[in-house]
Amino acid sequence: MATREEVVTGLAEILEEVAGVNPDDVSEEKSFTEDLDVDSLSMVEVVVAAEEKFGAKIPDDEVQNLKTVGDAVSFIVANS
Amino acid sequence: MTKPDVVVTGIGATTPLGGDVASTWDAMLAGRSGVSKLTQEWADQLTVKIAAQLAVEPSEVIDRVRLRKLDRSEAVALIAAAEAWADAGLADAGLDKERLGVVVGSGIGGAQTLLAQDDILEASGARRVSPHTVPMLMPNGPAAFVGLEYGAQAGVHAPTSACATGAEAVAWGLDMIRSGRADVVIAGGTEAVIHPLPIAGFASMRAMSTRNDEPEKASRPWDKGRDGFVLGEGAGILILERADHAVARGARIYARLAGAGMTSDGYDIVQPHPEGTGAAKAITKALRDAGVDKADVVHVNAHATSTPVGDIAEIAALRSALGEHPVLTATKSMTGHLLGAAGALESIATILAIRDSVVPPTINLDDPDDALTMDVAAHKARPLQIAAALNNSFGFGGHNVALLFTRP
Repeated sequence: MATREEVVTGLAEILEEVAGVNPDDVSEEKSFTEDLDVDSLSMVEVVVAAEEKFGAKIPDDEVQNLKTVGDAVSFIVANS
Repeated sequence: MTKPDVVVTGIGATTPLGGDVASTWDAMLAGRSGVSKLTQEWADQLTVKIAAQLAVEPSEVIDRVRLRKLDRSEAVALIAAAEAWADAGLADAGLDKERLGVVVGSGIGGAQTLLAQDDILEASGARRVSPHTVPMLMPNGPAAFVGLEYGAQAGVHAPTSACATGAEAVAWGLDMIRSGRADVVIAGGTEAVIHPLPIAGFASMRAMSTRNDEPEKASRPWDKGRDGFVLGEGAGILILERADHAVARGARIYARLAGAGMTSDGYDIVQPHPEGTGAAKAITKALRDAGVDKADVVHVNAHATSTPVGDIAEIAALRSALGEHPVLTATKSMTGHLLGAAGALESIATILAIRDSVVPPTINLDDPDDALTMDVAAHKARPLQIAAALNNSFGFGGHNVALLFTRP
């Protein structure tokens, strides 16, 4: 099972690929939309890529609760 | 009611001859061909193995992250629009965005996206289909992205009429300004469908040249050896502006867009009327709309795509509507056929011919068809003072568009 740090690193890789986010800017307190400027369609891409990478199923109605990188890390760690 | 004068104050293009207008125009005047062999593996199975591919890849201009949310047809439209916008000096003009319109069309639209995402659907399942698919493949996508880029609020439109699309967009832009709906319109066409499916479709119609061993000689309008068009890709964008608006802000004026004529053949879905009657009527309408005497139209940038029937039908139309005096050219001999972008790119060539007093050449016209009874600037650019010039575009479906430009 992945550690929180490993999931942050993995998400940073996905965010760089999908939305051009600098990996150095990715940390748990950052908001996807407000701090990292990820638009709603790109967020869908991030979710699908994260599911593949971590083997976690992230239901659509859960995505709206994932405001920050930390929210996503907690969900992935608990569900992968 | 008098019609307000409309002028062209900016031009932009990315084409098989160059990544901007200046390099494209230089290559045209030098008579260079933009056609080359397709080296992609998928070309092996096709009967057509040549195309006129972009001289400058969009990835050299637009960053990777933005590009992955754009169909190639949208990317090239944005590149051409950026050049035209800067060229017109509109960046700092304090334009009222409620008076800014966009008319940008495509003949085929986001086919590359549609087909690539279908591959993903088949191979990996529905959940892997990109959430960017719809804005990438929708036919209004290029117009919408351009409108978004410049904050246009007077209306964003995406006419489509196959290979007449780019010219039709310019005609509708003229109409938007004349009718008082906008002061400035970003108008033009875009196309990027160099992909095995569209090529196979056109090839199955026997519409394309199969001169695979001599790519640079494959597009040869009016030549006896012509055997179909060569597919090209790219975009052309014009900034149309109400003349008094342009004068008030001290804009540089390339030419007047004096008039437009649009008709439909009502004859056949793909074949032009053999006597070009619908095309002749479009030309006559453009002359009347512009209030220009046909004797003053000394140059025509013809549609002439290098197909056996179409090239000659257009000659019939030109003879009946204008007479025998204009000097013709077919720049598709160099650029290939940019389908929905062709009319916009060729409008730019027509405008520059007026500005520089020179007709760009028609290359590969080695053995003229017996039915070519008019003067063509074959092989070499020809100096010519041009008061008024015509640009013709025709599209599958029987669409005919004639645009008339005059010296400012």
